[in-house]
Amino acid sequence: MGSRASTLLRDEEIDEIKKETGFSHSQITRLYSRFTSLDKGENGTLSREDFQRIPELAINPLGDRIINAFFPEGEDQVNFRGFMRTLAHFRPIEDNEKSKDSSNPEPLNSRSNKLLFAFRLYDLDKDDKISRDELLQVLRMMVGVNISDEQLGSIADRTIQEADQDGDCAISFSEFVKVLEKVDVEQKMSIRFLH
Amino acid sequence: MEDFKTLAYNIFTIWLSVIILFIMLPSMFGISLGISEFYMKILVKILEWATLRIQRGFQEKKKIQMIASNGIIQRDKSPMEEEIGGLRQSRSQCLQRGDFELSDAFYFSKKGFEAIVDDEVTQRFSSEELISWNLLTRTNNNFQYVSLRLTIVWVLGVFIRYCILLPLRVTLAAIGISWLVMGATLVGQIPNGRVKNWFSEKVHLVCYRICARALSSAIQYHNKENRPKKGGICVANHTSPIDIIILANDGCYAMVGQVHGGLLGVIQRAMVRACPHVWFERSEMRDRHLVTKRLREHALDKEKLPILIFPEGTCINNTSVMMFKKGSFEIGGTIYPVAIKYDPQFGDAFWNSSKYSMVNYLLRMMTSWAIKCNVWYLPPMSRKEGEDAVHFANRVKSAIAKQGGLIELPWDGGLKRDKVKDSFKEEQQKNYSKIITGPNNVSQKDD
Repeated sequence: MGSRASTLLRDEEIDEIKKETGFSHSQITRLYSRFTSLDKGENGTLSREDFQRIPELAINPLGDRIINAFFPEGEDQVNFRGFMRTLAHFRPIEDNEKSKDSSNPEPLNSRSNKLLFAFRLYDLDKDDKISRDELLQVLRMMVGVNISDEQLGSIADRTIQEADQDGDCAISFSEFVKVLEKVDVEQKMSIRFLH
Repeated sequence: MEDFKTLAYNIFTIWLSVIILFIMLPSMFGISLGISEFYMKILVKILEWATLRIQRGFQEKKKIQMIASNGIIQRDKSPMEEEIGGLRQSRSQCLQRGDFELSDAFYFSKKGFEAIVDDEVTQRFSSEELISWNLLTRTNNNFQYVSLRLTIVWVLGVFIRYCILLPLRVTLAAIGISWLVMGATLVGQIPNGRVKNWFSEKVHLVCYRICARALSSAIQYHNKENRPKKGGICVANHTSPIDIIILANDGCYAMVGQVHGGLLGVIQRAMVRACPHVWFERSEMRDRHLVTKRLREHALDKEKLPILIFPEGTCINNTSVMMFKKGSFEIGGTIYPVAIKYDPQFGDAFWNSSKYSMVNYLLRMMTSWAIKCNVWYLPPMSRKEGEDAVHFANRVKSAIAKQGGLIELPWDGGLKRDKVKDSFKEEQQKNYSKIITGPNNVSQKDD
């Protein structure tokens, strides 16, 4: 319920989240009420099942990878802070943020953080490399049963060949960034949040 | 002690006679004394005043902006082909190739995040958010403590709702239900025929009118000429169990449903004695052929009351219409679509069955201000030649959504409890496969 949502979120908390994620006050309260409505266990955290209950996410071929991005290693609950931190990757980059001095920590929604987020979707074992095997697994999630193993294998080979520069038959983050150099990451990895 | 007893007795008799005089008798003859209209007018005035106060409070504080739209994000509606195609074009050297790109994951992750922030389905299963506060403690994000005067009005409201309206409504509901049980049982003794039908209709109507008053409902019926006629099926969008009372207030229907135990069971058994309703045992419900057969027999009999069905199969929060299950459209016969739209201003009619039990829900209803709703009878529809049940169901759904001002969603209301079917995911995967290999390769594999 909306009234409960606004009473349970303290102002200090909102301020901290604001600083960390760049979301506005009203965006945070709105997302908090969304968070509580997803929280079926009503314990202030979301579990993987809570996410899977969203039908549109459940049908997403990469749904499981996306859900995984919300959960730090070894944990199976995410609180509102963590939820917002992950969401912040998809906040659009505003004009006044582009020319920020480098002394500040890089915002979560920067181009390179957005790319890192995408990189981790592929990097299943979190060794900072996308191996051929990992790429194949993610491809399989995306295409289902519609493409044969050989065909998928050749797609994976070609993709790695194109990206691989140091010849280790895997894609490192810097190689990943290089391949996607010309892609409009800022736009493709952003959701239009309303104020 | 004696004095107290006589006093209590006197109060009770006065209470009952007032109810009988002012509510029971008018409802029996289907006339209105105009009390409820007056009550609604006062309510509207008070709520307007309260909203104005809140808005003024906010303007003074300049702290939180009132936002009329409830959305969090603006969703990207472009289809997969276009989005991923757009990703391709940004890399000019790969224009000719339909192949996989590492950036394809962008599309899926963006879609996924949009769904996490704001999806079409799950929000339909929780109460609609109101823009203004209705002096009940419910869904207004923007309400916090505003002013002393408003708080006093609210406290007064609580008193009226719990100490005056609630006892009145509970008494009415009890009278209505016992009337139905007794009346229907008596009518059941009359041999089948026109007399029995006439009496049965009267007993049902009076019961529903009393029950409707027990919820202080103000219902407006539009296009009465399209009212469901005997030997047909009436389909409506479903918000709460109250839908039945709302519709049955204006005509009799044959109910379809499962046999229940407890109080509901008693009511069901009494009702079926008076006129033919279609109750199924739990085990019978699974047998779809049997269900369809019994419904068809009923629907094609011109002497029997129209069947009332809610093809969504679950309660939706009255902002949208979800998938109509095709079963009711396979039966044949004329379909009479009905759109029901509640006005959430006076009380939320939606039954969130995963959160509140039936009794809890009824209690909330009886402590709300009122139930205000509009009912539109739509022109009868029947299946066109060559049209399958699914398409027909969608056509009826669109008509209802359009009339009621509701959003039309393709999703199955069963998602409230069940997980989404894998076939939807497979559909997405197939679409994506087509993009990266070209359509020919994929369709070959299907054959």
